[in-house]
Amino acid sequence: MSSTTINKTPLHDWHLQSGAFMTDFGGWHLPVRYQSDKQEHQAVREAVGLFDVSHMGELLVEGARAADLLQYTTCNDISKIPVGAARYNALTTPAGGAWDDLLVYRLAEERYLLVVNAANQDQDFNWLQEQNSQFGANLRNVGSDYALLALQGPLAVDVLESISDLPVRDLRYYRFLEGELLGCPVLLSRTGYTASDGFELYLSPQHAEAIWTKLLEAGASFGIEPCGLSARDSLRLEGGLHLYGHELGQDISLYEAGLGWIIKPEKGDFIGKEALLRSKENPQRKLVGFQMQEFGIPRHGFPILNKEEQTVGSVTSGLLSPTLNAPIGMAYVPTELSEIGSTFLVQVRKRRLAAEVVRLPFYQISRST
Amino acid sequence: MSQTPSDLKYTREHEWIRLDGNQAEIGITFHAQKSLGDIVYVELPSVGDELEAGEEFGTIESVKAVSSLFSPMSGKVTDINSELADRPETINEDCYDEGWLIRVALSEPDEQDNLLDDEEYDQFVLEEAG
Repeated sequence: MSSTTINKTPLHDWHLQSGAFMTDFGGWHLPVRYQSDKQEHQAVREAVGLFDVSHMGELLVEGARAADLLQYTTCNDISKIPVGAARYNALTTPAGGAWDDLLVYRLAEERYLLVVNAANQDQDFNWLQEQNSQFGANLRNVGSDYALLALQGPLAVDVLESISDLPVRDLRYYRFLEGELLGCPVLLSRTGYTASDGFELYLSPQHAEAIWTKLLEAGASFGIEPCGLSARDSLRLEGGLHLYGHELGQDISLYEAGLGWIIKPEKGDFIGKEALLRSKENPQRKLVGFQMQEFGIPRHGFPILNKEEQTVGSVTSGLLSPTLNAPIGMAYVPTELSEIGSTFLVQVRKRRLAAEVVRLPFYQISRST
Repeated sequence: MSQTPSDLKYTREHEWIRLDGNQAEIGITFHAQKSLGDIVYVELPSVGDELEAGEEFGTIESVKAVSSLFSPMSGKVTDINSELADRPETINEDCYDEGWLIRVALSEPDEQDNLLDDEEYDQFVLEEAG
């Protein structure tokens, strides 16, 4: 891809000036890290970190038929989302896979904001538009209206309280509020992709740099670090959170992905429902978390072998966990190898090393709200 | 400001080599460690292993990425940096000195003519970045 077609977030100049190591990701030029991946990861686990995730796509669905369109194109039950709340969901394929995974915010009775993966947003929009011919909801791609900052970590709430009177401490998990932060209108939700406490801030791109800078200033005494994609990936993996293109895809059943909890067949008809019910009855494979018993770092695409040393699956994500200091990963394996405590081999380049299935997530906080 | 010492030779796979007669020390460049990020694990060959120029001799892994190591020149491994087993981050901190990887007794000293000097390497990095 040439540099002229690469998208830049409103903070792109700031990232370059800070000396961040940049990469192209999902069509966007984004920071991988500012200084140290481990330090950024640790800041989120122990203090607070700030991410520019403005590459994420936003689609707005409005009108009397908005809920019908979303009920039909996604697997979770839209009717159960109160105004002021968000839910994790997936845009399903007819075969029971996912075009994308997403968050659905219910902004008003008949108004929903979908937050989708950058690389999928055009495809998602086109798919929804096609399905919408039978519903006639008002559907718009509003990605360029939003910058998105993620303030993550146990002290995120303290940073926000130090600069705002918004009732952030009382905001419950997966709820949002709309208000002003330092004079800028924001939608602020208790969400994130790190498995630590935290908030995501949706705001106008023109205010992004001012808010970003203020958050870093206010966070300085709390040990804040600007964080890049590397920390985002290592944090989400410890949290057992799916990454599209790794744990999720068009050809991966959402049941096999362990996302049965977002599949609500009782809500009525939706795309992929029949295929999903079949996959629930007769899963071919399952997503598991595993820890290496012999040292080696599992990586995306490494083969999984059974005791007979036949290839039976593959690693979807893996790393040396900064928090646990142990090599961990996620993989698709046959159901008979998916029980907690099952063992298999991971082909780490020339070596075959033992690994054991462990409970997901690898890292979890207790949430009081 | 160049992070590329002028007394070393370089490969297009981002290794450096410090030549001293028929002896050589090998490591990865500042640019390489910066692209990888925090290095967490290094797999090195054994002393006595014979390497050919361009042959893979080990692996280096960061939190995010894994990268193969390729020998800039042919020779026999005479020493490995065993300190890196416990402190792989030394490569991030000091890639051209304390963070060296292996030492080699060269069998084909003329191979150095195939390597890049510091200016050629900097130019290569710029071109690679597009």
